[in-house]
Amino acid sequence: MSNEYQIVVCGSIVPDPLQTLEPVSGPDGPSLRNEMMLPAVLDPWASHALYEAAHLAKNTPGSKVWLVSLGPKAKLQQVMMTVAQKVPFELIALDGPASGFAEAAEVATVLAEAIAAIPGLDRSKLLLFGGWESASRGAGVTMQMVAERLGILDQFQGVDELKVLPGGALEILERVEGGKQQVSRCAGPPALLGWATGNLPEPRNNPQVGMANMRTVMPALQKAKPVKLAAAGVSFASVALPKQLRETRIVKDKSPDEIAREIFEWIKR
Amino acid sequence: METILLLINTEADGSLAKPAFEALGAAKALRAGLPEAKLAVGLVGQTVQSGADQIGACGADAFLGVAGADFASPRYASDAAAAEALVKAAQATLIIAPATARWNRVLPGVAQRLGGRADTHVTGLSAASGAITINRWYYRQRMEASLQRTHRPWFILLDPGSQSAWQGAAATASVQILPVTLSEACQRTTVVGVRELAADAQTIRPDADLLLVAGAGWTKKQADGQTHVKEAEELILGCLKLARASLGSSKSLVDLGGEGQAVLSFLTHLNQIGQTGSTPRHPKGLATCCHGEEPHTVGWRFINERRAISLDPNCGWARGKADVLYVADAFAVLARLNQLLAAAS
Repeated sequence: MSNEYQIVVCGSIVPDPLQTLEPVSGPDGPSLRNEMMLPAVLDPWASHALYEAAHLAKNTPGSKVWLVSLGPKAKLQQVMMTVAQKVPFELIALDGPASGFAEAAEVATVLAEAIAAIPGLDRSKLLLFGGWESASRGAGVTMQMVAERLGILDQFQGVDELKVLPGGALEILERVEGGKQQVSRCAGPPALLGWATGNLPEPRNNPQVGMANMRTVMPALQKAKPVKLAAAGVSFASVALPKQLRETRIVKDKSPDEIAREIFEWIKR
Repeated sequence: METILLLINTEADGSLAKPAFEALGAAKALRAGLPEAKLAVGLVGQTVQSGADQIGACGADAFLGVAGADFASPRYASDAAAAEALVKAAQATLIIAPATARWNRVLPGVAQRLGGRADTHVTGLSAASGAITINRWYYRQRMEASLQRTHRPWFILLDPGSQSAWQGAAATASVQILPVTLSEACQRTTVVGVRELAADAQTIRPDADLLLVAGAGWTKKQADGQTHVKEAEELILGCLKLARASLGSSKSLVDLGGEGQAVLSFLTHLNQIGQTGSTPRHPKGLATCCHGEEPHTVGWRFINERRAISLDPNCGWARGKADVLYVADAFAVLARLNQLLAAAS
């Protein structure tokens, strides 16, 4: 039995986590101040999904990886200059908002349509990858909706490990509560895996991979389909940074013994 | 008029877990704010009667259930089929569920299937003048939004620990069991078990009163110019055991492992809190050897009382974010603290 996979990774861009973020309200709803000026990165958990996809494809001859990414074209291009040097993939770009306030259901519709339109896509070989949550909306909603639209009934979230068993079944480790992980076996594709951290480090930049990827990345960006999201039916009453600033008592002049006793009494209180 | 469906699952022993009671508390409060609303409870599990009886006196208008071996373990296809049947039977417009791994996995997909919308990690829920408002955080707990939706059905998943649990007497509930037959396509996945560390090796305890946060400073060179990783491990594990605390770690500390540097051997990515980790809820938090400004500090956004030990009096982890900052050597303080905890145990 051939185990080759068609792995579609969904991943958008988010502001570099070290940037200061400030919400602003506008006629189209909330957004980030100077959003287009903020340096961006590929969403961290989606990055893990991409690395896991590339690793699986490398070890499974005949497999292929697509990266489907919705974001402002100019920002996508910047981020792809780095991402494209990591692992081989074919980009499918969608020119639209990457905001955390974008409506997940509408994003899912756009992503599912783009995936369904991939030429030659064989859904019996489809593994749909993504981050289990984004670093923007942080909801863990979009991927399930995409998978439902594609008719995928085997879905896993918070995935830390995927093993292909002899015979083609998939063994999947998902995060559950209390530092535990659920182990499931799935007959095989099609399946959705929303990745958590996984086990793979970030690949080193490889200029050869970058050059190969750029042959498809630039045309993909040039023909990126413009996407308009309406945010129908949702209204934000407020978006604000947490205002609570604590009055921190600085204790400099106590011995470790005195501090330990104070903490002990606090813990026991 | 809204019809609220509380969607919960029973555990392996047939009982309800704490997040189910919290979601019930929120659903009851929501109904109180919507005078004409109805409340139904939908239960999923191997057996559901004993769980329903635990909340039999909650005042729900109906109890519905999907039960059987197929619904014992968390599996997308079977849970989705069960949830779909329950929502349809209740004709629910608002679905309230705990944001556990099980329901987070499945309910967004069910919302899609039923033409609805889903919001997860909701931390606040209220109703006024017929309008329902939820609160949730964006950009990894860095900004909080309140929002409303006109779309129905609306699936609202409440973060465990964010709501007050319903408390009431047990009473026999009359549960209407719905027949749900799974197609072959829904049975391609089998849950084979749960992997967990031995109880004494488990460092993540969601119910602990104290979160001990270990920062990268533990593995850095100390005053004598040497690292003391082994000693750090003993102190941290000792404190976790004696204080029955849960362990969180900064991302940098976890990532050092991937870079081949000495790290605390018991740390995994599951301990990671912050930007790409969890944001646990505990009544108290003690940060040790942690450094950095936002966004790293989001890891203890939901810790009520916070104290920190650091050699840096300007530590960004603590200034303005902790109630108390002890400027001291965490090695010395924890060693003495463990003695006090041991003497008291």
